[in-house]
Amino acid sequence: MPDTPMRAAAFVRHDQIPPSPPPASQTGIVKWVRENLFPSIGGTILTLVSIWMIYTLLVSVLPWTFSGVWSTGSLAECREVLQGRIGACFSVLTERWNQLLFGFKYPSDLYWRPTLAFVLLLAAAAPVLFFDLPRKLLIFTALYPFIAFYLIWGGTVWAPICALLGFAGGYMVYGRLVKDNFAMGLFGGAAMAVMIWLLGAHLLNHGIALLFSGPLLFATGVGVLAVAALFFRLRRSQSAASAAIIGGAVLTGWLAIVASVLVPVVFGNEIDAGGAQQGGSFALEAVPSRDMGGFMLNMLLGVVCVSLSLPLGILLALGRQSNMPIIKWICIMFIEFIRGVPLITLLFVANVVLAYFLPPGTNFDLILRVIIMITMFASAYIAEVIRGGLAALPRGQYEAADSLGLDYAQSMRLIILPQALKISIPGIVNVAVGLFKDTTLVSVISMFDLVGMIRGPILASTAWNGVYWELYGFAALLFFIVCYGISQYSQWLERRLATDHR
Amino acid sequence: MAEAAQMPVSDEVAIEIQKMNKWYGTFHVLRDIDLTVYRGERIVICGPSGSGKSTLIRCINALEEHQTGSITVDGTLLSSDLKNIDKIRSEVGMCFQHFNLFPHLTIMENCTLAPIWVRKIPKREAEETAMHFLEKVKIPDQANKYPGQLSGGQQQRVAIARSLCMRPRIMLFDEPTSALDPEMIKEVLDTMIELAEEGMTMLCVTHEMGFARQVAHRVIFMDAGQIVEQNEPEEFFNNPKSERTKLFLSQILGH
Repeated sequence: MPDTPMRAAAFVRHDQIPPSPPPASQTGIVKWVRENLFPSIGGTILTLVSIWMIYTLLVSVLPWTFSGVWSTGSLAECREVLQGRIGACFSVLTERWNQLLFGFKYPSDLYWRPTLAFVLLLAAAAPVLFFDLPRKLLIFTALYPFIAFYLIWGGTVWAPICALLGFAGGYMVYGRLVKDNFAMGLFGGAAMAVMIWLLGAHLLNHGIALLFSGPLLFATGVGVLAVAALFFRLRRSQSAASAAIIGGAVLTGWLAIVASVLVPVVFGNEIDAGGAQQGGSFALEAVPSRDMGGFMLNMLLGVVCVSLSLPLGILLALGRQSNMPIIKWICIMFIEFIRGVPLITLLFVANVVLAYFLPPGTNFDLILRVIIMITMFASAYIAEVIRGGLAALPRGQYEAADSLGLDYAQSMRLIILPQALKISIPGIVNVAVGLFKDTTLVSVISMFDLVGMIRGPILASTAWNGVYWELYGFAALLFFIVCYGISQYSQWLERRLATDHR
Repeated sequence: MAEAAQMPVSDEVAIEIQKMNKWYGTFHVLRDIDLTVYRGERIVICGPSGSGKSTLIRCINALEEHQTGSITVDGTLLSSDLKNIDKIRSEVGMCFQHFNLFPHLTIMENCTLAPIWVRKIPKREAEETAMHFLEKVKIPDQANKYPGQLSGGQQQRVAIARSLCMRPRIMLFDEPTSALDPEMIKEVLDTMIELAEEGMTMLCVTHEMGFARQVAHRVIFMDAGQIVEQNEPEEFFNNPKSERTKLFLSQILGH
């Protein structure tokens, strides 16, 4: 640029103005107090009123808490110690600690088993919750349900092993067949799993010897092996003939097993699935479901139902979007029905009504029935939350996935669900927290969970009749810790997954 | 660049559309479309909005269903058979107006996802291919970022690279520059021109008439769901036959 004189309107900046610190009144604690506590006359009044309310609350709660009594045997003793002073009788918590946590029927020398199951739960949940951990830890997570069942219920080790084998076998068959046809894989896998379970249940009830004495059962065993062999040999084949052979074999084996199991049922043989009378050297002392109680029962129901209802909710949400009208209608009817009914009625159904629909003599576990009902209830809500997430995704994401040649399962698993679930996290957590707190409703169908224990055995006892604040405060605290933990985790997860707008 | 347009086109048929009709409900969107695209041919489709040009190319990879007539892509007849549809989709790349990158995956993962899951290519190999194409669209240094961190033009180039990673034989472009700022249009068009020079079969819905002149073998003008006129670019722009085409060209080139 030659140095010609510039005209007045033209302007060229030659040196930048360096940044300088803001004035002192705009920083520090003084600014914060002025802006947040005393911004105006109205604000000042509100601040003073709030301080006064917090003060009165603390004045009454703090002495009650800190002069509490921790080591008396009954409410009367506690009042004697307090001698009219204000103070809490926390001794009910120490004295009934085990009852609050495990219920009043769980054998006291076996408390280590649910405790160990709880500690292992933390290890099993970690790789699911924190996906930066090594993926190999998921193997333990997969095994955990069977370990936990074995620890909490005890009994023969073969029952959970048989269940595990059923899942493993079903999954293997599914893995082989799903490449050709999803439905084939699903039904083949399910058939394989059910076959293994029925065979296992049969063996557990009647002993290994029956395998050799019962020709029918032996035949079905051979059938299972033959079908398994077919699956592996023909895994590459896509011809209709091989599919027919596999289908036929599955059907034959299935019918044989159904027959072999139904015959004893119909003719009145016992089919108790416990089988504790013969469990070999690995048997733990069996604890029946009706002996479960305390916060353990809430944790059990909460963990099982949340982890089951999430996948079920995803399936329902996808089913509701399906192009296939029958699947769509079934999903809509299920969701709308379950959402329209109070959980408490479903629990009464589980407790009372379901028994009418089952064959007489079958002992369908009460906890299992409650788990099914709560899971159904929660999954309907989760399905609606996830549907919201699915609806929030732009159509372009579906089209991009399609245009790359991904099939339905791939595009859902890799593209759609990761995004939809991320959007749905707050809603899912909302349902999960609600569900966990709703597990206390089982106390109305005479199960002794934490609230059931407090309402029943503890408050009804002569020693502790009348201790309300301490007990319900403790229950609230336990639930608060868990629910607050879930909520904090979900917020961490949302921050961790925020990739698209930063 | 003008010589790009003179590259020979083989007489092997890539896409054959015969008497294809499509309705949205009772609205007749595409009417008796007949179109043959040869291997290596580059076609630009233009026309007023609502004329069915996007719908036409979306029918080719079955993002939209057609009701009558036939579409044959690379010798595979497009039917309701999902296997055929997936096969065609994995052979035909597509770029969208709004890029449609997957926001929860990095650029690298966006590019390797389909090769790994659809083509069953090992991860390392897929990453090498992805790097090759990201270099080609000149953004290899962004491979580990997320789409949200890139500019619109960069995102569209990633979208092109993502399609190319599947080694498609045909590329469809659905208004690839319509959602971009003017200064970013050029970088995307340059990428497309480079692709054209390599002999890719391309169908491109666009309003970039400069691009059409420079690259296309054939320009197709659509209106009201029909192909009104098609010709070589020189003839098409300098000597349009139909009144509708003349009106359209005077409107978009008039200022």
